[in-house]
Amino acid sequence: MSILKKHPERDPGTAEAVGGEELLVTGGHTFKTLTDKVSGIVEQKPPAQWWLIFVMAVSGMLLLVGVIGWLAWEGTGIWGLNNPVGWGWAIVNFVFWVGIGHAGTLISAILFLLRQQWRTAINRFAEAMTIFAVITALVFPGIHVGRIWLAYYMFPIPNQMLIWPNFRSPLLWDIFAVGTYFTVSTLFWYVGLIPDLATLRDRATNVRKKVLGFFALGWRGGNRQWQHYEKAYLMLAGLATPLVLSVHSVVATDFATSLVPGWHTTIFPPYFVAGAVFSGFGMVMTLALIARKIYGLEDIITVNHLEKMNKIILVTGSMVGYAYMTEFFIAWYSQNEFEVFAFVNRAFGPYAWAYWIMFLCNVITPQIFWFKKLRRSIPVMFVASIFVNIGMWFERFVITVTSLSRDYLPSSWDYFSPSIWDILTFVGSFGLFFTFFLLFLRFLPMVALSEVKGVLPEADPHFYHQKEGDTK
Amino acid sequence: MNQTLGILARFANPAELIEAAKKVRDAGYEKFDCHSPFPIHGMDDAMGLKRSPLGYIVGGLTVTGATFGMAFQYWIAAVEYPLVIAGKPFFSWQAFFIVTFALFVLFGAFGALFGMLGLNRLPRLHHPLFYSDQFARVTDDAFFVSIERDDAKFDESKTQEFLASIGGADIELVVGE
Repeated sequence: MSILKKHPERDPGTAEAVGGEELLVTGGHTFKTLTDKVSGIVEQKPPAQWWLIFVMAVSGMLLLVGVIGWLAWEGTGIWGLNNPVGWGWAIVNFVFWVGIGHAGTLISAILFLLRQQWRTAINRFAEAMTIFAVITALVFPGIHVGRIWLAYYMFPIPNQMLIWPNFRSPLLWDIFAVGTYFTVSTLFWYVGLIPDLATLRDRATNVRKKVLGFFALGWRGGNRQWQHYEKAYLMLAGLATPLVLSVHSVVATDFATSLVPGWHTTIFPPYFVAGAVFSGFGMVMTLALIARKIYGLEDIITVNHLEKMNKIILVTGSMVGYAYMTEFFIAWYSQNEFEVFAFVNRAFGPYAWAYWIMFLCNVITPQIFWFKKLRRSIPVMFVASIFVNIGMWFERFVITVTSLSRDYLPSSWDYFSPSIWDILTFVGSFGLFFTFFLLFLRFLPMVALSEVKGVLPEADPHFYHQKEGDTK
Repeated sequence: MNQTLGILARFANPAELIEAAKKVRDAGYEKFDCHSPFPIHGMDDAMGLKRSPLGYIVGGLTVTGATFGMAFQYWIAAVEYPLVIAGKPFFSWQAFFIVTFALFVLFGAFGALFGMLGLNRLPRLHHPLFYSDQFARVTDDAFFVSIERDDAKFDESKTQEFLASIGGADIELVVGE
């Protein structure tokens, strides 16, 4: 017998999950209230906190522009680089920002393939974070060439000198890996946005409707469209998954293919990928907690979701800690005196302070998440996520600078200290990142609406059979 | 000149939409679609749709990208600008795999986006359904079946009665130019 006639539209808030699974969205939301909640954020004037952070972010971005201008005028001599340490904060910051991006792709692609439905609450702004982090990262290889107007030498394009780049160089692999990563992340993000842009379009009027309508491409939500759309989403997730693992592996080969003690190790690619996911989750957590608070999204980004993210932080943080210890073991086991020296020097040499900051933040801090109470405490996880961000920046600093500052020849050793311009560039890069991110929060839906609706219990046709007592 | 372009009927929830899809399909309609704010599991079978061919498009483009990537590097490193670097052969294909892989993914991703848009005939900024006022709810919380005028079985009054008989509400003739 058909269930069609008898079944009423359900009362809001009475839904129970099919099969007794936990609810992903709390607070009794219906499709309608979810639309209103998420669309409302971009349809109303932004809250005062938004303006406060935005002004700070734009100031930071202007600072970055100014510092880059001075760099272009004066050259890389303004940085604290010296003779053995030819790679300083520019590389550290590049790796830091690229690494942060990885959490977004892990959430959007890998957790999608693993059918982790809780990802829907956080995937949109994690992906946005990825794109903006990669943009910020790309500033650094662009400017560390010194003569910025010659940055096009990096690309394999016909030129007046009739020369071509060397494809055996990991630095060129980086251009392709990070460039592809940026492009694919942006496409993936846009595909996810299309149905939500249509939602905003259908709520808007006049010029706003036309602009949103243009970017929504005429989406009609027909199943003939959804069919290809879901396939495209699956394909993009499948392509992005190996890509994200490859990107930080390639970044790791920038170091690993050189003959510098402390860099020349095969552990680097997986170790870098684990660190990247770890740092990215730290940043996602920081941003999620702030956005959730300011925009009142506690029902959508629930404590259960945050707890799951903390578990990933615990796992990846422990993997990073394991990698740190493996490096020491291999240095000892290899009996290579330069390798042994490089690691003893890291932990007990002139940069011991940086090494132990890194170790404390990355290895010790996440261990608090073994305890359920701490895993579910908002203040604790906020502080921990900041520690993760700090620790992962120091990891890249330790790797880059300690190895270079003391290599094979003691006569060439030197201590690296950043100049004020190094510091201002780094501060400015946060300005650039947050400017993009805040504009995203202001103008685009920060929660993937169509996906969150899809994981409500009442989105599942079986929900209605169950309600009727129908075992079909 | 205004004319009827199709018929739109609203259904209460995903389960009803799926039941309706089966009945519309079984009644012999072909140019119809079921609209929802999110994809509904099982709808492809209910509507009798074939598998999306997008996988072949993406697959073809990934192979193209990888072939292009390796060939491009071969041409640069072994033909156009041969240079001995670290004593390696001109065509050091092992080292070229990274860029080959990057282009494999890049071409595939473009294929997924543009293939999806092509199969969906998008972008299409206007469509008869947008003449309907209630249709704006499709991206919010409403579920619709639409049947196009061009369908062989389409008949203004009979199709309306049919949609009402399978539980459709707010049945509307989509009228436009």
